[in-house]
Amino acid sequence: MYGKGILKGLGVTLNRFMETYLDDISWWVRGKKRYNSAEGIAHRSSKNTRGIFTVQYPEEQLLTPEEFRFVPFLVYDEGAEGKQEVRCTSCGICAKVCPPQCIWIVRTNDPNTGKPVPQPAQFYIDMDICMNCGFCAEYCPFDAIKMDHDFDIASVSRNVYDLEKLLKPATYYAKIRPQNYNREEEARKAKEAAKAARAAAPAAAAPSA
Amino acid sequence: MTAPASTSTLDASAQLSASLVARFPDSVTADTRPGFSGFIIKKENLVEVATALRDEFGYDLLSSVTGVDYLAENKMEVVYHAFKTTGGPNLVFKVQVDRVDPIEVPSLYEVWTGADFQEREAWDLMGIRFTGHPDLRRILMWEGFEGHPLRRDYKEAFFEEEAKPFKSRWPEGNHKYAEFRTPHRDNLIFPEGFDPDNYKPENEDELYFSLERSSTKREEDALKTDHIVVNMGPHHPSTHGVLRVVVELDGETITSLKPVMGYLHRNHDKIGERSTFLQILPYTDRLDYFNSMANNFGYVTTVEKLMKIPVAERAEYIRVIMAELSRIQNHLIFIGMLINDLGSMYTPSLYAFEERELILDIFEAVSGARMMCNYFRFGGVVRDVPDDAMQKIKDLVHDRLPGKTDEMERFLNENEILLARLKGVRVLNAEDAIRHSVTGPCLRAAGVPYDLRRADPYSVYDRFDFDVAVRYNGDMYDNYLIRFDEIRQSLRILEQALKQIPQGSINSQKPQYQVRVPAGEAYGRVESPKGELGFYVVSNGKPNPYRYHVRAPSFVNLTAVESMCKGTKIADFVALLAMLDIVMGEVDR
Ligand code: SF4
Ligand code: SF4
Repeated sequence: MYGKGILKGLGVTLNRFMETYLDDISWWVRGKKRYNSAEGIAHRSSKNTRGIFTVQYPEEQLLTPEEFRFVPFLVYDEGAEGKQEVRCTSCGICAKVCPPQCIWIVRTNDPNTGKPVPQPAQFYIDMDICMNCGFCAEYCPFDAIKMDHDFDIASVSRNVYDLEKLLKPATYYAKIRPQNYNREEEARKAKEAAKAARAAAPAAAAPSA
Repeated sequence: MTAPASTSTLDASAQLSASLVARFPDSVTADTRPGFSGFIIKKENLVEVATALRDEFGYDLLSSVTGVDYLAENKMEVVYHAFKTTGGPNLVFKVQVDRVDPIEVPSLYEVWTGADFQEREAWDLMGIRFTGHPDLRRILMWEGFEGHPLRRDYKEAFFEEEAKPFKSRWPEGNHKYAEFRTPHRDNLIFPEGFDPDNYKPENEDELYFSLERSSTKREEDALKTDHIVVNMGPHHPSTHGVLRVVVELDGETITSLKPVMGYLHRNHDKIGERSTFLQILPYTDRLDYFNSMANNFGYVTTVEKLMKIPVAERAEYIRVIMAELSRIQNHLIFIGMLINDLGSMYTPSLYAFEERELILDIFEAVSGARMMCNYFRFGGVVRDVPDDAMQKIKDLVHDRLPGKTDEMERFLNENEILLARLKGVRVLNAEDAIRHSVTGPCLRAAGVPYDLRRADPYSVYDRFDFDVAVRYNGDMYDNYLIRFDEIRQSLRILEQALKQIPQGSINSQKPQYQVRVPAGEAYGRVESPKGELGFYVVSNGKPNPYRYHVRAPSFVNLTAVESMCKGTKIADFVALLAMLDIVMGEVDR
């Protein structure tokens, strides 16, 4: 009583206050940067962070983990002569699974036969409605749609992205999600190898028969 | 693993069924539809049977009340779920009436006061009139709203199709803005035969009448003082979001009080019924947006019950770890925000936010988002916890959080101002809490050790050694301290879970974008940090649920706010409200 509890509490505040400066000084003495450096930001979101741990956005930005997801984008591979090989086959799964139904796909039809061609003629995502759930990326069987890391897309108008705006190269995808990218590439190579082996097997079996 | 129903519980339910039918041979029949369970009670005898269930059979806690509109059978059904606060599985009973307006069912307000808001909700959204309810007004929609939006034949302004996925999206998906589907280019429809010249907007008289009706003011008071009505909110900074509370005051004493909600209403239930089972998942994140992990947990548990699928062993542990981390950050924020509400702005809440940020970093690393995690899937979770995130969980649980909890206690517990504000101010006693269906920390602080993780264990909670936090005074200080107790118990669970977690697959199912859910009903519930979070799902075998209802703890706990606050001083009201730890995303749904 008599304010002892308050004083005890103020002790905690004082301690925290001191820690902020002690931490700053210790980083300075060791000749390291606590601010505006990846190391410093990582330290401030580690279990050892003490004192003020604010990250001064936008000068500094929190390090995004690989799985961080913002709005989706479409992946294309770079073919010969910089040709864009869009991975999407317009199968429509992402449009079906999307909870707020913000994906709109126009499938390409062959002008002569009228049959569908596995390519999107147009692809819209209404980014104002997208809830960043990640289902489209999760359930796309062709690794054609992925979640982006770029979250600075605030604008004064509405954001309906079309095919042109959605397409980003596979190299960009590899950069933001290296582990996922490598895993998928390996799976793809293994699949192709298995396919080649299967194709080769009957060919090898045929002459002997 | 989902525990198979043991023979003893089956026996118990068969016994109960026999004795209940024997007690009321004319009015109770077992529900024999395949996939359904429980009893169907004749509406004339509902109150009598319910009273017997409460007094003779011991089902003292009414958890959920909701309606189901069986349009094809031309029936309206009211579904009740009751529990014993001593633990055990649920008792489901239903009342069926013809679907001809006015649809009338006797109110159970007198038996369980906890039915109050839930019956109002069923009236508002389904149009079921509960006769004998003392205050049957709309609760989530506004006065003058036309129709009952949860009925199967109700169509919203932007209505496109009964269920997703919509055909317009693929393969001819030329983008159109939603507002181009309505004549007024807005989220607006007029009722049939609407005449703007003769339209008189309904006003809030009903609200003020009801405020007056439930007032405790007495005319013979010695001093002839005026009573004043104060509207707090919906933008009051300390009301935790857009909640409005109308208070009638006698001097500084609250004589009557009515919460007004629905400002954040989006008809979550209807969205769910229009969506596929999987599509609902990210929407549940937005209920109690502090605890998306707990919401995911409740929903997938329910649907897994319906699908009768096992959950991968490793995923069970990951789920528990995430749910407990979520509880810790929720309670820390509760403490910080409570101090905010008491007038000590920012410092304690920012200390709480610091730990919360670290926990959210983990959520972000595993699920991709800090708040809208969408991390659980039927049968498991999306992806395994990355190694660095696992290390961080261990670091936090072993090295940081215990110390920081101690520091928080050192910082606040003995503070004389805090003590003066909190100690001895009554929140709820055990009896009131149970009567009002209050669950969660508020119930436990009133001396009822009712925690679903023990009372009706789900997931792998039966494998951990922990105590149910309980305190007995039921005042604000106990309500505050119990949060620390729960953080400690969560840390205990986390330590054991981190030790026991096995290697292996993280989902028992193949990833599918459309799951098959057999016809039937299921009620699943988890102990969310705010109380009992229940989901009632009815499936008819189609890709989207026939009925999907959320029993939100914040919403039901708010039922008690009126009786909690009557007779206290207005200055305590904000702190009392903080005790219930409501979050409007969940109240308004
Ligand atoms: S992005 Fe993937 S899921 Fe969507 S249409 Fe293209 S291939 Fe199908
Ligand atoms: S992230 Fe979710 S909401 Fe956004 S486009 Fe993909 S599926 Fe739709």
